[in-house]
Amino acid sequence: MADSAAHFDIDMSRGTLKLVPRGDWRARFLGELDDDLRDFADDSIGRDLVIDMSHVDRLDTVGAMMLQRTMHCCAERGDASQFTGANEAQTALLAQVEGHLQPCHVEMAHGNPFLAVVNRLGKGVADAYYAALEVMSFVGRTLSTAGRVLVQPQKMRWTSTVYHMEEAGLNAMPIIGLMSFLIGAVVAYMGAKILSMFNADIFTVELVGISVLREFGVLLSAILIAGRSGSAFTAQIGSMKIREEIDAMRVLGLDPMEVLVLPRVIALVIMLPILALIAAVLGVVGGGLVAATAMDISPALFVSRFQETIIINHFWAGLIKAPFFAFVIAIIGCFQGMEVEGSAESLGQRTTLSVVQSLFLVIVIDAFFAMFYLEIDF
Amino acid sequence: MTDQTKAYDHVIEVKGLKTQFGDFVVHENLDLNVRSGEIIGVVGGSGTGKSVLMRAIIGLKRPSAGTVRIFGEDYYKADDKAREAIEQRWGVLFQGGALFSSLTVAQNVMAPIREHLNLSEELAKDIAALKISMSGLPEDAGAKYPSELSGGMKKRAGLARSLALDPEIVFLDEPTAGLDPIGAAKFDELIVNLKESLGLTVFMVTHDLDTLHATCDRVAVLAEKRVIACGPLDEVRKTDHAWIQEYFSGPRGRAALAVKAS
Repeated sequence: MADSAAHFDIDMSRGTLKLVPRGDWRARFLGELDDDLRDFADDSIGRDLVIDMSHVDRLDTVGAMMLQRTMHCCAERGDASQFTGANEAQTALLAQVEGHLQPCHVEMAHGNPFLAVVNRLGKGVADAYYAALEVMSFVGRTLSTAGRVLVQPQKMRWTSTVYHMEEAGLNAMPIIGLMSFLIGAVVAYMGAKILSMFNADIFTVELVGISVLREFGVLLSAILIAGRSGSAFTAQIGSMKIREEIDAMRVLGLDPMEVLVLPRVIALVIMLPILALIAAVLGVVGGGLVAATAMDISPALFVSRFQETIIINHFWAGLIKAPFFAFVIAIIGCFQGMEVEGSAESLGQRTTLSVVQSLFLVIVIDAFFAMFYLEIDF
Repeated sequence: MTDQTKAYDHVIEVKGLKTQFGDFVVHENLDLNVRSGEIIGVVGGSGTGKSVLMRAIIGLKRPSAGTVRIFGEDYYKADDKAREAIEQRWGVLFQGGALFSSLTVAQNVMAPIREHLNLSEELAKDIAALKISMSGLPEDAGAKYPSELSGGMKKRAGLARSLALDPEIVFLDEPTAGLDPIGAAKFDELIVNLKESLGLTVFMVTHDLDTLHATCDRVAVLAEKRVIACGPLDEVRKTDHAWIQEYFSGPRGRAALAVKAS
């Protein structure tokens, strides 16, 4: 089989312009021919053209399209323009393609780039404003749903709540405990190094106690839960949204706030303080272990010093923050899930947003608590 | 043409196919041949494994026994290169269109062109526009994202993508399911039209009796884990089998036949 590469000849004899394509005119062989053919089309505008198909071995839609494009380019050609020598299949292909020559719209047109930047900036600001409003309205809806359920306790979804308590709380305990233990140890090492320079090794107990109880225990738990459960909430609710399950719930008279959001919020609000408590305990244990091994502070000394100097307020100052963090993480996770629309890409974006926003808000709230505690001398 | 010296009798040749999920056997000892240039419709009750058969042929569900030959080549025994060559000669329309949701329709159609053909961006765009238009989509559909399209338009866009590389075989999984009767009839017309002008072989899984009447050269009926009848519609209809009789002689079957006769 002598399949020759695609090429074309131009025959000007006998007055008419004649294009003679030869060889295998299929897409994969036409890449280099495209520009030449376009040039030829531009040169031959307004003239009669005959395309002789008798030397084409093989033809597919792309080849047919390129020839039809040449035939129909820009201005109209005279009456004598035609295809000759095409066999039946080629004629059918050429006819099939003829009606479908059109410019391609790959993406929506982009305007002036400067305007686009300004546009994006404005849109970003407006979006942030509306998103803040929507989150607040979501908080309101959650609270009013909670109020309604409080009045009618039989509407409470206990199974779902307990499931999420297990999933988000119980299953997270090992990793949170381990993390907090290590952080407690790290803080103690830091203290050991620096405080020993002032012969103040014993203050390691205060350092570990106060930092772990007030901040690290609860903050680490919140951060881990935001990454672990906040994102899971978004992904779960978001994929339900994509498959129209949320819509199905609405038309069946099931309130998604009641069925999906409230159990998750309640589960986290209950579990995060417990996780924070465990984190605080293990953080202190980690610190104590380092104090005993790397310094000469025996566990007995550590405990008695701890009891003398660390007042219970430090513990409460940390723990009080936990339900607030939990509420924010659950709300943002569920809210972003509800905002998912259409595509899998949107699900990914919303999951990322959910983690970033809840981490940001957790830190902001923590800062507010710090200022507040300072003012009231807590 | 190179392919005139064909080393095969049938473009698709399924022999002794057995597929199973765990212990659940879907097909056993199933034979099916598809001739070049025909439209074959695969019908069967729900759960008889029509879609699984299609997936076994296009390499998405490895059979536990039997062979699948495509263009004379044993797909599951072929090396990577031969397999890739086969894959470039077929196009698949999945039930929901299976468009890439992060790309526009035109970018979806251009994806296989960019991957497999070394063409200029401009020519790739022209090709995408051609396929989109040939699939019966309006001109501005190319710039839209799949989530902005109706179900029927998604199917057309999926068809445009499956035609991107000028395949020789097109697999259609329930092409008219979920379309309104007018849209479905137009889709039937489109498939016949494309088959005639492009010389396609079409392997179609369908429930739609009207589509069977309007498009298919041959019909294969799946039941009892194998193909129980295969041939032109009029012959298959006469087969003495309970399911076939119920299928073609039920109220819908008769209605579709009446439409054809008129």
